Amino acid sequence: MTRDVPHTTSDGGLTYVSRYTTVQRINHWVTAALFTMLTLSGLSLFHPSLFFLTGLFGGGPSTRAIHPWFGVVLFLSFLMLFFRFWSLNLPNRDDIEWSKRIGDVVSNRHDRLPELGKYNAGQKIVFWGQSILITCMFLSGLVIWDQYFGTYTSIEPKRVALLIHSLAALCAILIIFVHVYAGIWIKGTGRAMMRGNVTGGWAYRHHRKWLRKEAAAHGIASEAEIYAAHHPAPATKAEPPAK
Amino acid sequence: MADYQSLDIRRRSASTDSSPDVRGAIEVAKLIDVSKCIGCKACQAACMEWNDLRSPIGDNIGVYTNPQDLDPNTWTLMRFTEYENPDGNLEWLIRKDGCMHCSDPGCLKACPSPGAIVQYQNGIVDFISENCIGCTYCVKGCPFNIPRISSVDRKAYKCTLCVDRVSVGQAPACAKSCPTQAIVFGTKADMIAHADERIIDLKTRGFTNAGLYDPPGVGGTHVMYVLHHADSPQLYANLPKDPKISTLVAIWKGGLKVAGLGLMAAAAVGSFFHYVAKGPDEVDDHDEMAAERMKEESDRS
Repeated sequence: MTRDVPHTTSDGGLTYVSRYTTVQRINHWVTAALFTMLTLSGLSLFHPSLFFLTGLFGGGPSTRAIHPWFGVVLFLSFLMLFFRFWSLNLPNRDDIEWSKRIGDVVSNRHDRLPELGKYNAGQKIVFWGQSILITCMFLSGLVIWDQYFGTYTSIEPKRVALLIHSLAALCAILIIFVHVYAGIWIKGTGRAMMRGNVTGGWAYRHHRKWLRKEAAAHGIASEAEIYAAHHPAPATKAEPPAK
Repeated sequence: MADYQSLDIRRRSASTDSSPDVRGAIEVAKLIDVSKCIGCKACQAACMEWNDLRSPIGDNIGVYTNPQDLDPNTWTLMRFTEYENPDGNLEWLIRKDGCMHCSDPGCLKACPSPGAIVQYQNGIVDFISENCIGCTYCVKGCPFNIPRISSVDRKAYKCTLCVDRVSVGQAPACAKSCPTQAIVFGTKADMIAHADERIIDLKTRGFTNAGLYDPPGVGGTHVMYVLHHADSPQLYANLPKDPKISTLVAIWKGGLKVAGLGLMAAAAVGSFFHYVAKGPDEVDDHDEMAAERMKEESDRS
């Protein structure tokens, strides 16, 4: 088994906590792929200097034709994410304390931050921001999807919709920039969405309350236990994990 | 771009190309004298004929305006208005609707596709269909509600001011066919001078508000009207009194597109320098060992 965080603990193995199920991870990455394609095709029509991006989608007319369909699929995919995660993203008191200490957050000073549940306020802003902005883009997108909905509104509402659509897209893209950067900056995060688990140390550092809850509810797995779970020995009993 | 001087390009959609300015540009204009129009629709027929356009046969809803609106195959349309003036007399106001060929074209400003809309040095605004991607932004950009999208090829269509005729020294088909010379064509300066004579004439005939429609809000147009009621152009089938590019469109295709790219670039550069300044947020041994202790506790319980 390979490790992407090369730390050793007293017994030489890391502990792991499960963070996302396979279905959740697939749902997330389908949404991410669609968001990327929507960003590329949308920006190509937003600024002339980015028009060349239409080449990725087979030229201008096909970019224009396919962009709204990406949007419909993204909306459905995001809707599934929304119903999976909305209750975990409800704000609480810790978010206020965390937000007040945003200077410590960006300086990696975890010793000064409150213990957090599964998500911090920044992650919750990403969640609710995207929920609102994607809904705005979906609805305004319908208004300017002339091929199917052109006759339902007059020109003035379409102008408003265009402005809302591009403003919302700009905000959503900026939020995703921060979201992606956080994944690069906070080491050990990527495996949560790629492999479904995080190391105990990562959870302890960033989401200690959540770790306590997980430890109480499901326990924490050691590397050996995870290995054993994925490679069941047919005949002989696996060596029990060292304590 | 072209060998024809009249086809030198002044502006091109979604492009930063500079225009060739050595040769002096002569601006052309079509002048439509509404007071001389008899509503014969010869212009409409000539437009269809020259441009080889046929609209599907529509319905008669009891008005002379036919078809009922501009469409991808109807680039010019006589709009008939029955207006009862304050004296109690009926005036039959007939306006030939179509692209106004603005000096500051909202369609061109809104267009995201390079070269799908061009403005020639002579002032004609033309759609280059092969570059049109069917986004319909021009429809939102136009202050006169002129471009129409074809359901056949998803491309935008409108009056070309017969650019193909003008470039070889011919007047547009509508002007050529007008039996009363209500439509005339020439340089913009000549057309304004001609309009002035017509306005003086109309004023002596009691139309004290007669005037030229060359709206400054869009930098003037290359299709102008002589109106007997220039103080209220809305009478003529809602010809806008002070047309200008919608503020919403101006924000969207003005500041926002520049500010938007700037913000995205700033976010990328800012993230990079945050990483350089503060470094990655790494899990250390202390964290892993603390988690291991928690595991031991939970395993015991």
